[in-house]
Amino acid sequence: MIGRILIPASFATLLLGVWELAVRSFGVPVYILPPPSRIAITFFTRFPMLARHGATTLGEIALGLTLAASFGFLLAIALHHSRSLERGLRPFIVASQMLPVFAIAPLLVVWLGYGVWPKVVVTALIGFFPVVVSELDGLRATSRETVDLLLSMGATRRQLLTKLLLPASLPSLFSGLKLAATLSVVGATIGEWVGARRGLGYLMLESNARLHIDLVFASILMLTLIGLLLFGALRIIERWALRWRDSAGGSASARRGGG
Amino acid sequence: MPALRVSGLEKSFRTPHGTVAVLNSVTFDVEKGEWLTCLGPSGCGKTTSLRVLAGLLEPDAGSVWLDGAHGSRLGRTAYLPQEDTLLPWRTALQNAMLSAEIDGRPLAAARAEAMGLFERFRLLGFEDVYPSQLSGGMRQRVELARTFLSHRELLLLDEPLGALDPQTRASLQEWLLAVWNEFRRTVVLVTHDVEEAVLLSDRLLLLTARPATVRETVSLALLPRPRRRADPGVVAERTRLLSLLAPEVAP
Ligand SMILES: Nc1ncnc2c1ncn2[C@@H]1O[C@H](COP(=O)(O)OP(=O)(O)OP(=O)(O)O)[C@@H](O)[C@H]1O
Ligand SMILES: [Mg+2]
Repeated sequence: MIGRILIPASFATLLLGVWELAVRSFGVPVYILPPPSRIAITFFTRFPMLARHGATTLGEIALGLTLAASFGFLLAIALHHSRSLERGLRPFIVASQMLPVFAIAPLLVVWLGYGVWPKVVVTALIGFFPVVVSELDGLRATSRETVDLLLSMGATRRQLLTKLLLPASLPSLFSGLKLAATLSVVGATIGEWVGARRGLGYLMLESNARLHIDLVFASILMLTLIGLLLFGALRIIERWALRWRDSAGGSASARRGGG
Repeated sequence: MPALRVSGLEKSFRTPHGTVAVLNSVTFDVEKGEWLTCLGPSGCGKTTSLRVLAGLLEPDAGSVWLDGAHGSRLGRTAYLPQEDTLLPWRTALQNAMLSAEIDGRPLAAARAEAMGLFERFRLLGFEDVYPSQLSGGMRQRVELARTFLSHRELLLLDEPLGALDPQTRASLQEWLLAVWNEFRRTVVLVTHDVEEAVLLSDRLLLLTARPATVRETVSLALLPRPRRRADPGVVAERTRLLSLLAPEVAP
């Protein structure tokens, strides 16, 4: 417990200390590499602005991730139920992953303008694949015996899906969602780099051009926090949805004597 | 009219290494309320037979009549697979109520009934516990409770006590018999344990090694119930069966 917090914390302190010391003793100009203390000050003094741009980026991420999750989930179910659909679409799904999203981001700006949509679409495209693949894996994770059990009870296809396949796929779906969440931060940033008037990606580019490197770092810090926030929220939902999983031992072993 | 009539079942599986014949003209009847136990060497086709009976597998030839009818058997038997099939995301009670949910029966009544059976199955206090927190013996009892709660006349039990330690197994055998006496259903049980078969059954079906065919039927109607492990009749029957089956077990 102590090790889990103390060791990373002291490591981070060490790293920041070396950084601070090196920048100061070698006299590196702040427009090349500002010291951590300067970044921290910038982060707090410019926090309202960072939060404003952060809210824009977070909105794009949330929208894109929701789209990726819903379409990915539904497509995985459709693919699982239709072999010919899977045969037909699988090459395209794999190919879509080879497609560098960077490359089509400018096109999206041409098609969808400078508003929020090109960023949302880039984010959704990046998050879509991990969701489809993990949900598809999850749907296949059931054993023949449990399928037999439900069929022998007279379950319909729909009951088989809702009572067995979907709940069994949840652990896998959540790993896909967490990966998608991580990638979605990248997606939204790329979307903003290509053309935006708001958002942390835009702020980064702007500050970079004006050599406000401390603000670039503060934006990166904000993006990281957003990523952590998303990941943490997903972890909490996952813990709740899969509460049957982290229950081996604990209070139960005390009650086991009743057997 | 027998509760179950099985006639001339043939089944083979196609594998990359060729065709494997598993069932060879399997024929038998089970009367209503009767307990029939299938004994046979490992891999002879016992699970395959039960899957055919449950309607999960189409035989290559032969037929099965359930209560004199010939149609689909899906949804008409209570099948307990050999492997652990408790759904880990459902609590013990929710697992036991699965069949009621699938039938679309009123849940409040099903719940009350399940609670009654949980009391009978010594599972009270564990209704809301997830399977991962239950001991092996308790998991088996939840699976049996689920099977009994399915309101089907015919129970197909595939080695329900197979994975348990001898002590838990012995106590569950006695307990299973008591429950069966109370709820009287038609049972087809698969087991490797000769003593278990003698203790529980009205009749035994001895199967040959693969491809399985009925080698002999043994009636235990003359052994009085309730039976105890140490009863001379039980011991004698067990010894006779063990020597009878011994050559089949050898490779
Ligand atoms: N779906 C299948 N495809 C191919 N072969 C199969 C299939 N199901 C069963 N078999 C083969 O059929 C044979 C009989 O299997 P089955 O599971 O019915 O045996 P069993 O008598 O239940 O064995 P055990 O006592 O070990 O449970 C085995 O050789 C098995 O490999
Ligand atoms: Mg078997």
